Amino acid sequence: MKEPLWKKLTPGSVILEPGSSAKFKTGSWRSMRPRWIEENCIQCLFCWIYCPDMSVIVEDGKRKGFNYDYCKGCGICALECPGKKGNKAIVMEKEGS
Amino acid sequence: MGKIVAVTGNEAVAESLRQVNPDVCAAYPITPATDLMQRFSSFISDGKVDTEMVLVESEHSAMSACIGAAAAGGRVATATSSQGLALMWEMLFIAAGDRLPIIMPVVNRALSAPLNIHGDHSDTMGARDSGWIQLYSETAQEAYDNAIQAFRIGEHPDIRLPVMVCMDGFIVSHSIERVEYLEDSEVKNFVGEYRQVNPLLDIDHPKSYGPLILTDLYHEYKRAQHEVMTKVKNVVLEVASDFEKLSGRKYGLFETYRLEDAEIAIVILSSAAGTTKDVVDRYRDKGIKAGLLKPRMFRPFPYEDVAAALRHLKAIAVLDRADSFGGYGPLFSEICGAVMSMDTKPPMINRIYGLGGRDYMPDQAEKVFDELIGIAETGKVGAIKEYIGLRE
Ligand code: SF4
Ligand code: SF4
Repeated sequence: MKEPLWKKLTPGSVILEPGSSAKFKTGSWRSMRPRWIEENCIQCLFCWIYCPDMSVIVEDGKRKGFNYDYCKGCGICALECPGKKGNKAIVMEKEGS
Repeated sequence: MGKIVAVTGNEAVAESLRQVNPDVCAAYPITPATDLMQRFSSFISDGKVDTEMVLVESEHSAMSACIGAAAAGGRVATATSSQGLALMWEMLFIAAGDRLPIIMPVVNRALSAPLNIHGDHSDTMGARDSGWIQLYSETAQEAYDNAIQAFRIGEHPDIRLPVMVCMDGFIVSHSIERVEYLEDSEVKNFVGEYRQVNPLLDIDHPKSYGPLILTDLYHEYKRAQHEVMTKVKNVVLEVASDFEKLSGRKYGLFETYRLEDAEIAIVILSSAAGTTKDVVDRYRDKGIKAGLLKPRMFRPFPYEDVAAALRHLKAIAVLDRADSFGGYGPLFSEICGAVMSMDTKPPMINRIYGLGGRDYMPDQAEKVFDELIGIAETGKVGAIKEYIGLRE
């Protein structure tokens, strides 16, 4: 007889595979989409620190674009972004607009 | 051989925790909690244990911190009572679902409203479905012994579940009794070293606790959790047998008192069993075959074993020190579950007693036994559920 599925589960639903959340693309939850306006960016990396996911791409210490596979559109990055001279370097736009 | 002392239930259980010396204890040590944790905190202040004490802002946070510490890999204990346990309720299910063996003595006290902090079982009965193992204690000695055994039961590699060690508020927690302590070294050897199977602090093997699991696998996880509970009974008996070798004190899934040849019996938890045993003796002296069954392990409930012990009776009264309003008392429901599997189905009654610390006196047990004599003769049951010990 086949072993039932419930017998094969890890006790306590502990996930033993590190980084497995990368398999779950959560970008489809998004209704608002952050847009980066590069000319207003002062590279302070606040957006990278504050993003509750890992959706702000940083390469060689420089902020690049967004990873929209995981960005949920929460808007925290846009809120925290100081921008340049009062002009935000991140704006939230309606998804699909 | 340890020493014999005169202590309260709280002192005895705090002493057991000192002897076990857990890694972490998170608590909210003011009312509704009792002086149990206050006493344990003194051991920490006096440098008698290495336990890291986390003082938190609520019982909800106390259980949350215990869950974090247990997932990290620590041996964890806390204690609570009454509303404190009620406030932990949400986190209790997480401790059990995550399979974290947190050991928690609970001083059984009433729930508001009206406000009352005296002894009854409303608090832990409200938590009976949380996935915790529950052991009930009649005396300070039993509470001390159960607390030590709880570490071995909960931390057993096949089990890994949290355990509540219940004792009656005030009647046991605040009353001085004779208690035999084990030697520190005996307790240390008995509980042994604890090794968490999946500690978060093992950073070479990163892991996650508490994932989102929806309609795809939640049902299967609950099935697996039920399966663990089916293994608890044997571990409880195995630990009890080792404990008996060490202490000379015998424990099982429940205790029976003059039950083997009894015709009528009371089923009752914790301290009230002591009073009932006295009344059993008086009825035996009168030639009436009275007996008693006192469950020790309430979760998981040992239905088959209880059924085997009760099947020869002519009438049974189940006394509950907690109520399910609009339903039967929680212990009665379990005994009904046990009786269901019997070929003989003795008539049963449910009597609610002692809520909010109302004294349970011998005359209450006498009235119940007198009623059982009538039921045994006629086979006729009047009201199934009634309150006893009500003031006129
Ligand atoms: S919107 Fe939220 S999730 Fe998306 S990049 Fe900004 S902070 Fe991260
Ligand atoms: S917070 Fe704004 S200014 Fe700072 S790096 Fe991000 S986008 Fe640029």
